[in-house]
Order: sequence, then C-alpha cells, then structure tokens
Amino acid sequence: MSLLRVSNLVIDIGVACPVDGVSFSIEAGECFALLGESGCGKSMTALGLMRLLPPGARVSQGQVEFAGTQLLALPENRMRQVRGGGIGMIFQEPATSLNPVMRIGHQIGEALALHEQLQGVAARARAVELLMQVGIPDPVRRLDEFPFQLSGGMKQRVMIAMALAGRPRLLIADEPTTALDVTIQAQVLDVLDALRRKQGMAVLLISHDLGVVARMADRVGVMYAGQLVEEAPRARFFAHPAHPYSVRLFSALPDPARRGANLATIPGNVPPAETHHVGCRFVERCPEALAQCREAAPAWRAVNADQRMRCVLERSPGIEKVGTSRGLPAGRADDAPRSFESFSGQSPSGTAAEGDHDTMVPPLLSVNDLRVHFPIRRGLLQRTVGHVRAVDGISLQLQAGRTLALVGESGCGKTTAGKAILQLVSPTSGQVHLKGQLLVGLSTSELRPLRAQMQMIFQDPFASLNPRMRVGDIITEGMRTLGLAAGREKKSAERVAELLGRVGLAAEMASRYPHEFSGGQRQRIAIARALAVNPSLLVCDEPTSALDVSVQAQILNLLAQLQREQQLAFLFITHNIAVVDYLAHEVAVMYLGRIVERGTTDEVLRNPQHPYTQALLAAVLPVHGPLVVMTRLTGEMPSAAKPPQGCHFHPRCPHADAACRTTDPAEVMISATHGACCLKLKD
Amino acid sequence: MMSLPFQVVVLWSDALFFGLVTAVVMLGMWARRQAPLRHSWARVASDKVAMVSATVLAAFLFVGVLDSLHYRARLDAAPGQAVAQKINYAVEVNSLLDVLLAPLRLHPEKTYSAPLATHLFSKEPLPGSIERGFPRLTWGGAHLGYALEHRTIDIVQRSALGAAGGLLLWLGLMSVMRLRFKRQGQAIESAQKPGAGEATMSQGGRAINALLAVADGDAARKSSRRVASHATLLTLLVLFLIMGVTMALGSGYHVLGTDKVGQDVLYLSLKSIRTGLLIGTLTTLVMLPVAVLLGILAGYLGGWVDDVIQYAYTTLNSIPGVLLIAAAVLMMQVVIDTHPDWFVTSAERADARLLALCLILGMTSWTGLARLLRGETLKLRELEFVQAARAFGVSHFAIMQRHILPNLMHIVLIALVMDFSGLVLAEAVLSYVGVGVDPATISFGTMINAARMELARDPMVWWSLAAAFTFMFILVLAANLLTDAVRDAFDPRTAA
Repeated sequence: MSLLRVSNLVIDIGVACPVDGVSFSIEAGECFALLGESGCGKSMTALGLMRLLPPGARVSQGQVEFAGTQLLALPENRMRQVRGGGIGMIFQEPATSLNPVMRIGHQIGEALALHEQLQGVAARARAVELLMQVGIPDPVRRLDEFPFQLSGGMKQRVMIAMALAGRPRLLIADEPTTALDVTIQAQVLDVLDALRRKQGMAVLLISHDLGVVARMADRVGVMYAGQLVEEAPRARFFAHPAHPYSVRLFSALPDPARRGANLATIPGNVPPAETHHVGCRFVERCPEALAQCREAAPAWRAVNADQRMRCVLERSPGIEKVGTSRGLPAGRADDAPRSFESFSGQSPSGTAAEGDHDTMVPPLLSVNDLRVHFPIRRGLLQRTVGHVRAVDGISLQLQAGRTLALVGESGCGKTTAGKAILQLVSPTSGQVHLKGQLLVGLSTSELRPLRAQMQMIFQDPFASLNPRMRVGDIITEGMRTLGLAAGREKKSAERVAELLGRVGLAAEMASRYPHEFSGGQRQRIAIARALAVNPSLLVCDEPTSALDVSVQAQILNLLAQLQREQQLAFLFITHNIAVVDYLAHEVAVMYLGRIVERGTTDEVLRNPQHPYTQALLAAVLPVHGPLVVMTRLTGEMPSAAKPPQGCHFHPRCPHADAACRTTDPAEVMISATHGACCLKLKD
Repeated sequence: MMSLPFQVVVLWSDALFFGLVTAVVMLGMWARRQAPLRHSWARVASDKVAMVSATVLAAFLFVGVLDSLHYRARLDAAPGQAVAQKINYAVEVNSLLDVLLAPLRLHPEKTYSAPLATHLFSKEPLPGSIERGFPRLTWGGAHLGYALEHRTIDIVQRSALGAAGGLLLWLGLMSVMRLRFKRQGQAIESAQKPGAGEATMSQGGRAINALLAVADGDAARKSSRRVASHATLLTLLVLFLIMGVTMALGSGYHVLGTDKVGQDVLYLSLKSIRTGLLIGTLTTLVMLPVAVLLGILAGYLGGWVDDVIQYAYTTLNSIPGVLLIAAAVLMMQVVIDTHPDWFVTSAERADARLLALCLILGMTSWTGLARLLRGETLKLRELEFVQAARAFGVSHFAIMQRHILPNLMHIVLIALVMDFSGLVLAEAVLSYVGVGVDPATISFGTMINAARMELARDPMVWWSLAAAFTFMFILVLAANLLTDAVRDAFDPRTAA
C-alpha cells in the first residue's frame, strides 16, 4: 500500500483553480518529484496536502490518504500531529524559514518537544545527533548560535534537521535548493539523498530544475496548469519524455550543441489559474496540436508499462526530435556519460577564429585591475575599520559582438564588478576603458554621453521596472535623458513601437503598466529599454535566473539574435553554467573578488585548470546520463571582508599546501587565451 | 458712490482655504485632460463607497465654504448724522453660514437644554416665585405656548414637513440634472468628444454630471458607474432629508440642545466644521512638502544629508510635542497681544492664532511621515529600476521625482488621512491644555474640552460631546474611505 495517495485533488481560490484534479501516490522510501514551471500549482498541491493553504484557498474535491488516514477529514488537532510528525516540510528560502531571534538549539528543541516529548539534556543530545545527520560540523557549538551566524546552506541543513526531528515518514521539499549556489546545492542534495536512503523516508520533491529532479527522483510527475500531464520513472522520463510539454522542457534547456542556433522555445506562458479549459491545457502552446485537442481534455493514456500521459499523440521515438536540426539531448542521453568533454567535438563555429580576433581590433571594453572596496564603518565616529573587498583586482577585455561570461557563486563580486564597469558603483582603483575612453573618475555630466554606449539588464524583472510608469515611458526614459528622443512625441512613439517589435512584443503594449506582463515579457521590456539608446555593450546581470526554463530559452534566443543583428557585446554575469556554455564566447571564473580562470568557453569548460573551476563544473547537476559521483567542494566561500591569505581558494582546495597559504598565485597561461591563477599549474 | 450694505472681509485663512479649493479644482480640470489620470478617476467614480464618501465630504466642504465667506455688516447711520459721512461697519465679522443659521445663532438660551427640549436642563428659581423648577426656554418650543402636550405632534409634523421639503428639493435637483445629462449625452453622441457639452454647465453641477456621464466605457464599467451614481443620488437624498428635517425642527427648537452659555449645539457643530477642515488641510499642507522633501532627500542621498535630517527630526521628536507646541503658541500669543494694531477685528486675531496653530502643528508633525518615507526610500533606492535609471544618467532630482515619489504616494495618502484625523484630535487636546485655538473660535476641540465638565455632571450633559463626536466621526470616516478608494484606483497593481 502506498504511503501517500492523493486522488483527484482540486483546490479553489475563488473562481481560480490552481490545482485541478491531481492524483498520485508515493511509496514508502520513494522520492517522487513534481516538476513544472512556476504557476503550475506544484506548491499549492503540497500546501493542500498539509492543509496549510493560504486564506481564500480551499480543497474543494479529492482525497489525501496518508498511511491509511484520510488527512482531509482529520480534526485540526490530529492534523497538527501529522504535520512534523508524519509529514515534514522544508521550504525554498532558508533565510526566512528560521526565526532570527531564537538559537538553533531552541528551534530544533521546539520540534523535539512537540513530537518526541524530549526535554533538556535528552533533547539537546538528539538535536546534536540531528545536526550531525545533516552534516553540520561542530554541532554542539552550532546549537547555541543564532541563524544569522549560519550561511545559507547551513540554514537549509538546520531546516532539514528540524523537519527530521519528528521522524517523518514523508518529507515535502519545496524547491529546497533554489536559493542556494550550485556547490552548496550539491552538498544539500547529497545530505537529503543519504538521509532518505538511510531512514527509508519518502520524499515529495517539488522543483522546476531538471537537474535536481534527475539527481534525486525515483519517479517524476510533470505538472502543467494545475494538472499532472505525465508520470514516469526517472530513467524512462529522462530518456524518453512523452508529453509534448515535457519534450519541450528538455529542448528549451540551453545546450552548447545548439550554440549559434536558436533554442527550442515554448511560445506563450502557462495559462493563468482562472482560465476555463475545454480541451487540452497545453493546446495553445503545442505545435503538434490536433483539432481534437481543442475539443476534449485528453484522458490518461499509458505510453509504456510504467509511463503515462495526458496526450492523444502517438509518440514514436523519432518524434521526440522536435524543434532542432540536431538530436534532442534525450537522444544522446544513453551513450553520453555526462561531462563537458563529450561536447568538445562540436566546437561552435563562432569560436573558430578566436586567435586573431583579439589582436586585430582594439577591445570594446577593457578593464584593468579594477577594485571595489566598501569600507566597514564602526563605532560612534563611523571610523573605517576594514574593507569588504567585493572586487579585488580584475582585468578583462571584451570585443564588439562577443559575449564574455563572468561566472561565480553568489557573493563572489560579479554583480559589483558589472556595476563598477558601468560606473554605477564607483571603483576604488583600476581603469575601465570603453572604446578607448577612460570611464573611471569622470563626473556625472561627462559620463552622460557615454551612458548610451553601455546599458544593463537586471536579474529581477519584477524589480527592474517602475510599477508606476507605463511601458512606453519606461522605454523612452533613457532616450529622453540622453537627448536621443528628438523631442517629437510621435517620433518617440514610433521608436517605442519599433523597439517593442524588436523584442517580440506588440506596439500597443506601450500604454500598459508592467504588472500586466509576465516575467519573460517584463525582461523583454527591460531589454527594449536598454536597446533604446543604441548601446554597444550590455551588462546582463543574471537576466534569466528568475525565469522558467521555457521563458529563459526565449530570452536567450532574443539576446543571441540581437547580438547577431547589432554586433552587441554582452558581459554576461551568471552562475548558470549551461547558459554560459550555450551563449558565451569567453568565460571568466570569479572567486572572492578575483578572476581565477579565464579563456574561451571551450577551454575553460572542457579543460578546466583551476581547482575551483573544476569543482564548480562538477557541482552542476547533469540532466542526462548516469549520476557521476564527484568530489564535492566542502565548506563555503569566506567573507570578502576577511579574505584568506595567499590563494583565496586554499581553505576549500583539495590540493592546497603550505605555499598556497602564503603566496598569491599569479596567472599562468595555458594557451594564448586560457589562463588560470593557481600555483599548482607552474609545474 | 455705490456702496454695498456690507464690507467683504477676507481673512487669511479664507484666502488659503479658497486657494486650496481652487488649486484642487484646477488640478481636477487638468487631470480631466490627461487620459491616464482620467481613467484612474473614472475608476474612483465607479466605486460605490468612494462616491458616497465623496458626497458626504462635499457636503462638509460646502458648509466650510459657506463659513469662509466673511463680511461685516454696515451699521445704520446714527440718527442726526449726515449720510455722506464715513460709513461704519459692525465690529463683528460674520460669515454666510452665520446668516443662514441666524435663527440658531440669535436665539440663545440661558444655559444647558436637552435636544428638542422646551425647558432648561437644570432647576433654577422660577421668575416671580420662590420655587425652583425648570424654566421655559425663551426660544425652544416657544411657539407652543402653554400647549406643551402638543410637542410630540408638533415634532412629528415638522419632521414630516421637513422630509417632504427635502424630498421635493431632491426631486427638483434630479430633474434638472437629468435634463442636463440628456443634453450632454446628445452632445457627446454628435461630437464624439467627451466633455464637449459641458462648456455650458455650471460649476456646481459639473461634478455630479461627470458622474452621470456614462457615455463612454465598456458595459461593465458603465453598469458599475451607474450603481455608483445611484449611490451618490441616494446619499444626496439622505442628506437632503436630514437637512429638511433639521431645518423644519430648527425653526422652533434647538435640535441638538444648547451648551453651558445657551448657544445652540447644532450651530456650534456646523461652525466647527470649518475649523476642523482648516486645521486638517492647512496643517497637512505645511507638513506635507517638508516631510516628503526631507524624507526622500534623507533616504535617497544618504551621507551627511541623511545625518542632518535625522538629527533634526530626532531632536524635534525628543521634545514632548505638546510642550513644544504650547511654547510656540504662547510665543505667538505674545506677539499677537503686543501688536493689537495689526488686527482690525477680533475675528482677525482669532484667525491669526488659528493659522499660527496650523503652522506650528505642521512644523512639529512632519517627523513621523518623514521617517516613514526615508525608510521606504532606502528600500526603493536599491531597487533595480532606480539602478536602471542611473545607468541612463538620469539626474538625481528626476529619479526622486519620477521613480521614488510615485512609489511613495500610497504611504503619503494614508499618512495624510491619518494625520488629518490626528490633527483634529490634537486640536482638542491643545484646547484642553489651553493653547489651542482662540477661545472665540468654535471648534470640535473646544466642544470636547467643554464636555469634560459636562460629563462630570449628574445627570450627564451628553449632547455636546455626542454632536462633536458624530460630526468628527463622519468627517474622518468619509475622508478615510475616499482615500482608500483613491489609493487603490491609482495603484496600477490593485486596479484590475
């Protein structure tokens, strides 16, 4: 008998129906993943199971049976025992899931007192045991610390420890690693997986990340617009996705094999929860839709013995290769053990003529030994007691029409570097030249004419547009400020229409407000705003990290197309290696304010020399192929206020020795374009 | 020389009040021509609660305006004097409202009397006897003569008559408006240009007519707007009925009783409206620019500007507010008293003191809002759309004006209304301490202040406080509800 059986769960919020007839079951000890884009009802399903729905939402139909009990019929006091005791839950954002004014020990103790009736010494001993289980070093000391003393990964581990305190038989993990860096994500997933196997705990994993699902799940359920549309075991699903939506999710993943070509995208967005569906929910975005798809909702249909989907299309293995000339990643999955070397044969055409590129033309952007130090002020007189070395001497060059990716974990200073290049943050020292002109030290008015040359696209499309301004005004603001708008109302309206057209939006959208648009559309507006002043350099600060996979593909396609058409140079700041591999010509890897390795994309990603780059690449979760257990990077990035002596990476480096602790490594050139800062490369 | 039978007196507060009203009207006319703003206001106009509140507020405002048209009556030439000599005007400054309420104003009783009473509230030695009893009022119910048993019938009759009058007046207004509306509708149909038929319209009918102008917009908006205009008309009906009944009763009774010195409480309450509106609006007007400017500057610029502004408001906050205001008001009082030549009439002196109070309240009450705005600006400053604007080289001033201020407006609006009610209450507290408005100025504060003794009596005199409370409650509630609706209509995120 299944541990959890959800049948025909329907959740209403007024007229909206975010979850509409979801049925699945989870066996004891199994990891079932709900996969889907944001707005598909994944989290709502989980909250519905726990009966923790937000006000206004209610379960209107369906049954949830957990270990033989009907959860939806339980009185609230019995339900409280199930929460934490039977089913544990961890959330996406570890920073807000812990009470900042309570010691870690107390927070775990609370759960222990509730579910295990443990008090005092016994509770403390159990708490230490739990912290050990989730791999927190020195647990006895950590018990008396406050959440702010812990890093993000540590907090998430504490959250897991708290969820484990009631010895739950099912753990609901709602995007447990989305807020974490890749190296930390790998550590946390390892902990979760080990615990699950050791304790036989079932896991309901909610994620939008195919890599995380591939790493963790036994079975996968794909959710779309409030319904499950496909269900299959992991291996089967990743090898042969059946539903058109699943197939397109895979083909929308950025992939170096498709560099220069467009990524397959899913046009449009997930329909809002208020939509009244008659036919298949995916029909508006499905290129293979038949007439019958519009008329009746497709019923469940078995594709295989263990794979089923809600789609009428017959899928022979050949049909999977939709949308691109090359085969889908799925087709390669079996014979390609995941590593970057496997792609090296398919060197993209764009990187062929690299050698002479650098020497012939003077670079568009040239950064030399750029430093940004923020003073730390303390005390009554606000004396400077130290510096946060956010950017600590980086140098890079970027040619027109090329993309340089600045890669690193959060907190390594890559965003600050981008802002310092644009002079949004004034650099402490160093030079930035744009088209041969020195930017550092210019006054605001001297800088203004140069602003048209360089623009920025921000990470959060919801914060980067003023909610009180119309789209047309947002786009023309830069033109007006820089005096490019030639005064005429009509002319600037034409220009807005042209720009909106170029980023794939309709001209009449100019009179709307940003909140009426989805994340992807907002990011397009932000791009149009930047393009309005005809820049030659765009600094893109994680422009797709807040977007869903299918929308990310749309934006990446747009950026690539703009680069081809207008010879734009991109400084692409990201932590997503797959995006880098698809889009970038050159890569610079940053660690704690410094560039530790740089070179062309192939050189850095296929032949990483610096141990940090190697670890970073190893932490990337493969979507396809068998799991390769790699050595994980331990620990976390130190604070930029107190960087370690010598090589900044030595405390986490597996190869570090005494020299690394004292000597600052200089850059060692492996080839004309490929350099890394590591002492071990000398010999 | 043609001379009017009165001299128009424009008090400073009148000038400011009318300036404010004109500014609002002009802003409104300007907003009508801006499509997005018109759209937002149309959304307010289709909100039922908002329109009811607006109607009630308009009634209050109407009373305030009437009470701000001041004049001095010409004194008849003393017998024996030549007509050509200098014309003398009365020392007393009256307003149009005083004229309209003359029956209430000019018929004081000796002391307390309950609403609609025919006798005084307390026993006194009856004239011409040694007994103590409840003397008859000189005006309240005087028309009844000795037929006191007819009082209830009289009240009912008068109420019915008044209600009928109110209803008639309302029906008359309705038919006039319907006619106008029809004509306007035709004009719009022929010209396809909203507002074309309005040129001929009188100022007063314009606002209501605009509500009824459902010529454009989709069906849903149309119907909701119709519901809202129906609500407006219903509110008007209720107001007219209340007015009719009050007028009918007021011609023979003290509808809300009389106070300690026998003044009609209804008259006092109506007069208090102007004081309340003035203190609420003028103070806000003084306080708002300071708070918004300093709050945004401190939050956006940071550094030493932030330090200076923070020190300023921390210092202001560290002094107990009432003491600071008391000190300032007393200083003003000394200035006023030492320069009697500045003021021709006592009304001007009271007015100067009222203005001074507004100014002082304004200068001490900006700190809270400024701190709130500073915090919000600190947050907004780091948002990416501000960064994007900086990447375009947009000047600091333009960023503050285009990106920061509009995103603070919801806080400003809420704070405005909260402060409005708070200030009306603060006036009461200050009057209690004795540093509020001039004792000659009628205000809710002085009424509430007086109520402190009245509540201590046995039996209790409740009607002063009840009247002040009811009027203030309705005023503040209407302002709150309207602001809520305006805020929602202007927030693009909540306006669906």
